[in-house]
Amino acid sequence: MSVDRKTVAKIADLARIAVGQDELDPLAGELNNILSWIEQLSEVNTDDVAPMTSVVEVDLPWRADKVTDGGYRDDILANAPAADHGFFTVPKVIEQDGI
Amino acid sequence: MTKLTDLTMAAARDGLAKGDFTSVELTKDYLTAMEQGRELNSFIVETGDIALDMAASADEMIRAGKATAMTGIPVAVKDLFCTKNIHSCSASHILNGFKPRYESTVTANLWQDGAVMLGKTNMDEFAMGSSNETSYYGPVKNPWRATAADGRAETKDYVPGGSSGGSVTAVAAGLAAAATGTDTGGSIRQPAAFTGLVGLKPTYGRCSRWGMIAFASSLDQAGPITKTVRDAAIMMESMAGYDAKDSTSVDRTVPNYEHALTGDIRGMKIGIPREYRVDNMPEEIEKLWQQGIDWMKAAGAEIIDISLPHTKYALPTYYIVAPAEASSNLARYDGVKYGLRVEGDSLDGMYKNTRAEGFGHEVKRRILIGTYVLSAGYYDAYYLKAQKIRTLIARDFSKAYEQVDVILTPTAPSAAFAMGEKSDDPIAMYLNDVFTVPASLAGLPAISIPAGLSRDMMPLGLQLVGRAFDEETMLRAAHVLEHAAEFTAKPAIWWGEK
Repeated sequence: MSVDRKTVAKIADLARIAVGQDELDPLAGELNNILSWIEQLSEVNTDDVAPMTSVVEVDLPWRADKVTDGGYRDDILANAPAADHGFFTVPKVIEQDGI
Repeated sequence: MTKLTDLTMAAARDGLAKGDFTSVELTKDYLTAMEQGRELNSFIVETGDIALDMAASADEMIRAGKATAMTGIPVAVKDLFCTKNIHSCSASHILNGFKPRYESTVTANLWQDGAVMLGKTNMDEFAMGSSNETSYYGPVKNPWRATAADGRAETKDYVPGGSSGGSVTAVAAGLAAAATGTDTGGSIRQPAAFTGLVGLKPTYGRCSRWGMIAFASSLDQAGPITKTVRDAAIMMESMAGYDAKDSTSVDRTVPNYEHALTGDIRGMKIGIPREYRVDNMPEEIEKLWQQGIDWMKAAGAEIIDISLPHTKYALPTYYIVAPAEASSNLARYDGVKYGLRVEGDSLDGMYKNTRAEGFGHEVKRRILIGTYVLSAGYYDAYYLKAQKIRTLIARDFSKAYEQVDVILTPTAPSAAFAMGEKSDDPIAMYLNDVFTVPASLAGLPAISIPAGLSRDMMPLGLQLVGRAFDEETMLRAAHVLEHAAEFTAKPAIWWGEK
């Protein structure tokens, strides 16, 4: 399996990273180098092997479903690049038309 | 007279207890050394004022008879740990200006025990790298420089390894008594080997990951970087422990690791995995490994040849699992909650511009790989396949531990290399972790011990890998290996002379 510039553009879009037209081919080359090296995994027989879900044998801990912490609004907003009236602010996402 | 900054942590602890010097005196000496060592670029932020306050409190603890083994010991903290109201950016531009309002559990444990924070250390961006060349804050210089064939010291710069490159450099250059590191695929052990230090990655779950800036959550573990095995044992005990805030931290009693250092490994069974004799392994690494085997044998251990058949698949498996988890973890950097924001013509445009400018090239490459292997149509072929092979790799180790107590291997396939030498070839860079990644994938504890010098007088390390949650047996073996190796070499000081 190898990636072309169209695939790189699609992955970059999924990952929300702006990639210039001139960067697509070099990136495709770099990713293909890595992917073709990874390809050797296909020679391993993994029939009847369960995928690893936890690296140590432990059960996930349970706790009572209670609110035990919180109330940090100002702490949470303290590092925001933009905040107003106790909220994060982001660029407008609702179209102006029809208002 | 011995400089205070030359002391091991254990010796400093004893000196503090006897009243030979105070933590404030010790801390001041380190702050001076840090100032002289600035061109090494090992610290991103120095926290001298905080250090002196903490040292004064530590001296109080000592006077009041409330000292622990860490009280008054000046340590450096990898920038990946969140430290309250202090720069914590994982050496990435995307976290520009981030000062968390909370403290990571591991550092909180150290401060609780009276340790003193000197500053935040440089690292590969988001811990993605093996040479500390991907930091937004510039590369770190290894205090060690090779000796040329004619016997003269090289003047070019060498990498300290990565990703905990600033932490190892701070300790190796005498700018900190010890440092915290984090290890995802070798980021504590390989840089420790490159700088003549001890680096310990505990069993996955030993340390809380709460407040650590995530890279690959099923692999990330904190651990100590120290001058000696005894120091590693002391610091590990302080850092470790169950934490309800991390559901993967394990609720087991943390033993007194220093007590494990009995010096007696008679009858211990040491496994030598034949698959670690990789193609093109430099002769000096092969020789050092054999030397290690001989030392362990001479100390009364039993050497057993073992097989870990899936070893060669560990590295490519890692380069699916780690980027996949990273692409998911790093999705949180969106220009909204913290750090950098670069405006765009829409919300999506803002996300994309922020992430394009905020992430460095290696991080972007890994996010793209991770996004690809998780994307519809490829998930089974890559990610699921890798998780299955990870099961096989862990199974190889379980089988080996039916026969042996610890496994001995080299830490890295070479000594530290010159800056820039491998930065254009990702796979050559990834191969640095060929011996460290398997234990990471299996969640096992592992430690690198300085064991010798290369032909051009650069440090080399040997690695011991233990059973899950049996750091004690591993530390006992490491302690014996350390004494047999008698590694006393130090880098010649070339920095800070101007």
